Amino acid sequence: MSFLGLRLEKRESISPGLKVIAPILTAILALAASGALIRVAGGDPLLSLQAIGVGAFGSMQNLGETLVKASALVLVGLGMVLAFRSKVANIGGEGQLIMGAVAATWIGLSLEGQPFALVFPLVLVGAFAAGAAWGAIAGWLKARLELNEVIVTIMLNYLAIYTLNWLVRGPMRAPGLAGGFPQSQALAEAIWWPRFPGTRLHLGVLLALVLAFLVSFFLFKTPWGYRLRAVGANPQAARYGGINVGRMIVLAMVLSGGLVGIAGASEIYGLHHRLLDGISSGYGYTGIVVALLGKLNPFGTIVASIFFAALAVGMEAMQRSLGTPFALISSIQGLVVLLMLLSDVVIEYRIRRV
Amino acid sequence: MDWTHFFEEAFVVSLLAGALRLSTPIILAALGEVFAERSGVLNLGVEGVMLMGAFASFWGASITGNAWLGLVIGMLAGALMGLLMAFFSVTLRVDQVNSGMGLYLLGLGMSSFLYRVAFGVRTTPPIIEGLNNISIPYLSDIPILGPILFQHDALVYIALLLVPILGFVLSKTTLGLNIKAVGENPEAADTLGVNVNAIRYLCVIFGSMLGALGGAHISVAHLKIFADNMTVGRGFIAVAIVYFGKWRPAMTLVGALVFGSAYALQLWIQASGAPIPHQILLMLPYILTILILAIVARRARGPAALTKPFRRGEG
Amino acid sequence: METLRASPLVEMRGIVKRFPGVLANDHIDLSVLPGQIHALLGENGAGKTTLMNVLYGLYQPEEGEILYRGQKVRLASPRDAIQLGIGMVHQHFMLVPPLTVAENVILGTPSAGKVLIDLDEAYAKIESLAERYSLPVEAKAPVWQLSVGEQQRVEIIKALYRGAEVLILDEPTSVLTPQEAEGLGKVLRRMAEEGKAVIFISHKLREVMSLCHQVTVLRDGKVVGTLPTTDTSEKKLAALMVGREVLFDVKKGERAPGPPVLEVQDLEAIGDNGLMALKGVAFEIREGECVGLAGVSGNGQRELAEVIAGLRKARSGEVRISGQATTNDSPAAIIQAGLAYVPEERKRVGTIAEFSIADNAILETHEWRFSHHGVLDRKAINQYADGLIRDYDVKTPNRGNLARTLSGGNLQKLILGRELSRRPKLLIAAQPTRGLDVGATEYIHQQLMAAREQGTGILLISEDLDEVMSLSDRILVLYEGQIVGRLSAAEADAETLGLMMGGAKVELPGS
Repeated sequence: MSFLGLRLEKRESISPGLKVIAPILTAILALAASGALIRVAGGDPLLSLQAIGVGAFGSMQNLGETLVKASALVLVGLGMVLAFRSKVANIGGEGQLIMGAVAATWIGLSLEGQPFALVFPLVLVGAFAAGAAWGAIAGWLKARLELNEVIVTIMLNYLAIYTLNWLVRGPMRAPGLAGGFPQSQALAEAIWWPRFPGTRLHLGVLLALVLAFLVSFFLFKTPWGYRLRAVGANPQAARYGGINVGRMIVLAMVLSGGLVGIAGASEIYGLHHRLLDGISSGYGYTGIVVALLGKLNPFGTIVASIFFAALAVGMEAMQRSLGTPFALISSIQGLVVLLMLLSDVVIEYRIRRV
Repeated sequence: MDWTHFFEEAFVVSLLAGALRLSTPIILAALGEVFAERSGVLNLGVEGVMLMGAFASFWGASITGNAWLGLVIGMLAGALMGLLMAFFSVTLRVDQVNSGMGLYLLGLGMSSFLYRVAFGVRTTPPIIEGLNNISIPYLSDIPILGPILFQHDALVYIALLLVPILGFVLSKTTLGLNIKAVGENPEAADTLGVNVNAIRYLCVIFGSMLGALGGAHISVAHLKIFADNMTVGRGFIAVAIVYFGKWRPAMTLVGALVFGSAYALQLWIQASGAPIPHQILLMLPYILTILILAIVARRARGPAALTKPFRRGEG
Repeated sequence: METLRASPLVEMRGIVKRFPGVLANDHIDLSVLPGQIHALLGENGAGKTTLMNVLYGLYQPEEGEILYRGQKVRLASPRDAIQLGIGMVHQHFMLVPPLTVAENVILGTPSAGKVLIDLDEAYAKIESLAERYSLPVEAKAPVWQLSVGEQQRVEIIKALYRGAEVLILDEPTSVLTPQEAEGLGKVLRRMAEEGKAVIFISHKLREVMSLCHQVTVLRDGKVVGTLPTTDTSEKKLAALMVGREVLFDVKKGERAPGPPVLEVQDLEAIGDNGLMALKGVAFEIREGECVGLAGVSGNGQRELAEVIAGLRKARSGEVRISGQATTNDSPAAIIQAGLAYVPEERKRVGTIAEFSIADNAILETHEWRFSHHGVLDRKAINQYADGLIRDYDVKTPNRGNLARTLSGGNLQKLILGRELSRRPKLLIAAQPTRGLDVGATEYIHQQLMAAREQGTGILLISEDLDEVMSLSDRILVLYEGQIVGRLSAAEADAETLGLMMGGAKVELPGS
């Protein structure tokens, strides 16, 4: 279309260099935008960015915080990679994480007195299953009834949030808790996930790394991964080729939800050691952003997660006068998504005068 | 727990009136989304738009001292958000789910961020001259119906009036015809000289203005405060209701009212101290949406070109 | 009869239009007189549609100018072209299915420029146009309910409603039976008599010779000849179109057919619009036999192929592949039973554009042949892909290149190679050479015949009667979801087939 006398024309070939530069440029622009917003809020951008950097990487402890947050993002992000690669828009990360956390906590509390070696695997399985089931609802509704998965997963998010809300104030409320923050009974120390001494860095980081490799292997080296990618790239051709598209959609949501469920378990057993209200706190949406920024590649997701985690941890360490970091972080996330989309267009097209 | 209370006139009246008031933001946002989607653009960022509208109109009302000016400022903010969405979805032709999510996150964050920048951290929330209820003379004196329908703030009336007006626009005007054509078969519309992109821009911006107005109702008319994430998913519900209403303004109104009623009922039960956990009731509207979608919207795929960007025959 | 005025209504001078990697129009001159039916002849890809899209304002040329009634004009969009009086009926109809005929006709017109749409005025005007040009349409009907022929009439009325003096038609008869095409010819002749100019894009020699006054032949984006039809013949035009002598015959070996590889009985199926697309189809195909299915698109061919392949539900009836019942089985199971299918839409259905050529090559077989213990065997896949590229002449520098870098011909060769290398019992080939140049077409025909030699039963679904007649051992004609004609290759000729395709009852000697 010739709007303003300009038109977009597809490039014939795209240099691989451009493809790597784009996410990096986006990250830099995001930082610049953060600086601008900080200036608007009356702060000093350079000082603040410096404070963010120190807060994220300045000490072993800070680094640990960053990596811990990154690991949760990676787990959610991996789930998003699987879903979005299959062209299933899983916006339900929040809900799946919560359900995973709920299941994980319930298993740990029910198996009181049991050793770590027994509880750990059961928790992983249970968290995966809970997240997978929550995701499967949307997957099945999409496969069978063609319901838009975006809407269904968002509805399920709120259902999960309210369920958690009720559980920590009701059936799973810590006994004897007078008026404090709603939470469940604490889990026995014996089954907490081991930590790197001196930091809060826990087993979840290792788990995230291992799963990144597994997801990558699954997507690119197995026939199941081939099918998921085929369905995402061209469902009609996939169907013609004998692939059961409906089954793949459900599978994508099951695996995606399951991975996010594990993220829930990771937050409980690695960090909080009990079920809390607000445990997901936006990871579901941030997970989508890091997956997109990482170009729907498991290892790109790791890099993007570290970037976002650093941003979040650093901002939290910064002066409080800007209010809760959530507003700034959410704005930056939104900007990153839009900048990412913009850079995709810049890579694929060039502007021509009409 | 006195169940007979349930059937008292005063209760029913206040419940239904409350339902209408609570439905209004959703009606406005859903009507706007109907237009956007009818032209072929899925705007998932409505939630973010509503939040920006809520903030901007609150801020506007605060600095001008006039609620109506505040609403205008809110609509401007909505228009800007709409412009952004249209630019990404129509001009740059990116995936609309992604751009919608980006818009949502941006709106979510910026509304809270700007609120803090504008008002700082306070112990007492800022007070504004909000929109007050207007009782329509004579009509509001009708027993039962009067208090339910005719004692609301102006935005409620506007929302209700917009339903038939927008329905008329879609079915009986040239603009409506063009919008429908653009949403079903933009290539055909283009060959006949209809400016597809202009229509889509128009619909997305208009839709966002209505969405912002919806958010404004919560902050300026209903609660008269601003809080982080105060729409709590109502923007997404509005999108769901568009599906439920099969992209027609009248049915959309019905869906929005169902939601509003569920919210109102839940509030009452919470206040009445009934032994039902109120979270269960909070969940009702969402479960209802999924169920209704499953039953009703099964085969409703909507405008054929929905979410499909338009490009003029590039070889 | 009006004498033809000397000055052209439309003149295109030196038009150059480029797309990435392709020079679609190379300094083209075209001159159309009023009262003239002017053919734009050429093979698929010669640049005809592109040139007309330039005239209609859909594309902007890089160089060249357009004159209308002697005045230079700039057509920035279809709106400009329409205002001048240029109308176009596209190959793929530009109609909005849920809206009514009248709504489609008035869309974007000045009369609809008023705020409220005035349907009564529209109904009246449409009726008078329909009468004057014998284009019967039902103004209040929603377009999705109309047949293809009716939809085309709506398209023509759309152009006339806007006062078109120049009417461009892009391959209008490709969706009509020979009898319907004759009807269209009458309509166009009446328009020419009234002094309008008609530009008729086609690749069909017969109709160009019978209908048009003047013909401009395009080849590879250039004009290779402009002459009155009285001065030329089909053979000469064909030579101009192709640039060399065209062989209309394919060598076909004699073969005694074996046991049936496909048996279809009483097949009924519903189409996308909710109406019955197949109404009791029954036939069989034997080993080593090529059965051609002739018929105009839209009579159930696509649905038939889809039902056999398991991509559409059969409401009743039976399908057997080599004796094995496969009715309503999953596509995967039917592929296992020995079916190969080259679909009509090679880009949308037959391949995955964003996957590499190698990954496309293993679409059906990625697990069954190229996985061990849940892991894809990259080495075997690469070997296989290289083999396909070599054996089926797929021109590409690298098996890792994305499928969307392949041209139509090479893509089709890839698909055919992939399907045939499974040594299928039955191959369905739907419009296998549509849009391909002569070289690719010849190659595909050779491969199909080779497969036939090897014992594969072939169901050839094609709109190209020449192709059907030269490749098939037997020919079936599908009309409105039923088989209305069964002929041997020897019995078949274009006229008989054409009549059957149009639904006429034909008596065959000794049948």
